[in-house]
Amino acid sequence: MARTRRPVVTGWFTDDTVPEGAFRLLGTRCSACAAVFFPREDDACRNPVCPGGGALGEVPLSPRGRVWSYTDGRYRPPAPYVSDPDAPWEPYTLVAVELAAEGMVVLGQAAPGVRTSDLRVGQEVEVVPGVLNEDAEHVWTTWHWRPVAPERTEERA
Amino acid sequence: MNDIAVIGAGMHPWGKWGRSFVSYGTAAARAALADAGLDWTDIGSVVGADTMRCGYPGYVAGATFAQALGWQGARVTSVYAACASGAQAIGTARAQILAGLADAVLVVGADSTPKGFFAPAGGERPDDPDWLRFRILGATNPAYFALYARRRMALYGDTPEDFARVKVKNAAAGALNPLARYRKPVTAEEVAASAVVADPLRLLDICATSDGGAALVLCGLDFARRHGHPDPVRIRAVSTVSPTYPRAALDLPDIATDSTTALDPAPHAFRASIARAAYEEAGLGPEDLSLAEVYDLSTALELEWYEDIGLCGPGEGAKLLRDGTTRLGGALPVNTSGGLASFGEAVPAQAIAQVCELTWQLRGTAGDRQVPGARAGITANQGLFGHGSAVVAVR
Ligand SMILES: [Zn+2]
Repeated sequence: MARTRRPVVTGWFTDDTVPEGAFRLLGTRCSACAAVFFPREDDACRNPVCPGGGALGEVPLSPRGRVWSYTDGRYRPPAPYVSDPDAPWEPYTLVAVELAAEGMVVLGQAAPGVRTSDLRVGQEVEVVPGVLNEDAEHVWTTWHWRPVAPERTEERA
Repeated sequence: MNDIAVIGAGMHPWGKWGRSFVSYGTAAARAALADAGLDWTDIGSVVGADTMRCGYPGYVAGATFAQALGWQGARVTSVYAACASGAQAIGTARAQILAGLADAVLVVGADSTPKGFFAPAGGERPDDPDWLRFRILGATNPAYFALYARRRMALYGDTPEDFARVKVKNAAAGALNPLARYRKPVTAEEVAASAVVADPLRLLDICATSDGGAALVLCGLDFARRHGHPDPVRIRAVSTVSPTYPRAALDLPDIATDSTTALDPAPHAFRASIARAAYEEAGLGPEDLSLAEVYDLSTALELEWYEDIGLCGPGEGAKLLRDGTTRLGGALPVNTSGGLASFGEAVPAQAIAQVCELTWQLRGTAGDRQVPGARAGITANQGLFGHGSAVVAVR
């Protein structure tokens, strides 16, 4: 039986109907004060001096940012993180990324194969779709941060 | 002046004892009462710092300790503020004393902890950021500590050897403290040889979780005088401020910081604002301190605290450490108790234990750890979900 692809959390990133290059994290933005929220805030603006009267609308976050910091997990995290207790633990890399336009830092796992030795603070990374884990019925999808290939950085420079 | 007196301090030694948190809390309470020279029946109010790991009795810690000591009709209060729970319990007691609601208040915090990483409460809870960070990212507490440590390395040039030096310093102090869980000196080589938990932090850079209990007997200055304490240690400030929006510093258990598109962040980040509020309330500053107890959840985090409580400028923490300023015998010893490095964290007891250490230091009864002529000290801590605290005590 084919497994269904499902986002690990609803509404935080674009779904499979967009091409991979158009994958984005999704936040919300207050129309009254321009505050951006990620994870998305759908109830009310949390800026204490917001003039009020605005609405929270969905906005895609910048697809690229710069590494604020990074680490890895050498030991198996506790539940609800899903991992096979019978398989040897494979460390994952965690990246905190500074998005200039939003003025915020967003955490995420690095794309598979990216090690801490591949990263440095200030380096440019991009958001890409990824898979967190799979079970009998589902492929649970998420976002990953991946270093921007050097030649593409040069093109932009 | 809104001073209150500390007339009793008591702790159950930290460790992994495998007993109920109630037994550690009541042992600490009895020690604090004996230290104060009061009977349990003299206490008009009990404030318990809650533990989330020990079931319902942990959520109503004030009542749990009051029942265990023997119901005697005292007012009971239970507070929870993550790692700052103990300080909020002290703040609550102070408010009751200053409002005239109670003469003598017993503050108690205790915990009994499982092995391994702190994990979120069970169940499927996608609205809970603490659940989400584990589910989506596997981001343990040490992962956040490691992100801060790596950031310091990139920004300020701190090195893993600097971080190890914090452990060596705190272990040396802890070796002199009979209440600490780890009482062996540690070398930089031993830190470097311990396993990496979250790059760049190693096992000996990260504080353990412990069982333990701590208690204080607090009262007004008149009550203290009438009960044989003419010159008690005084608590001059209890800061429990919350962050201001936008929070630009990444914090547990958040997956992102607040956006700065609508509003610029305040000039002082949250941890610094906690200490600033305490100094302002106490009418003194970092230059007046004899010692400090700060929350060294990781070695690198202790260096951040030096900067946040104003001992040095941003990025200068490692230099202060290398200069020997913050070791026992230095100009401003930090974590004379041995800190979390030597204790391991017993969450609801820890902020109370910090004040116990200030109390003994200010009384001049800290034994081999004594800071000569200690007159003023500050504690500082921070917990999940926007909690933090700082207490200033003087003599
Ligand atoms: Zn707004």
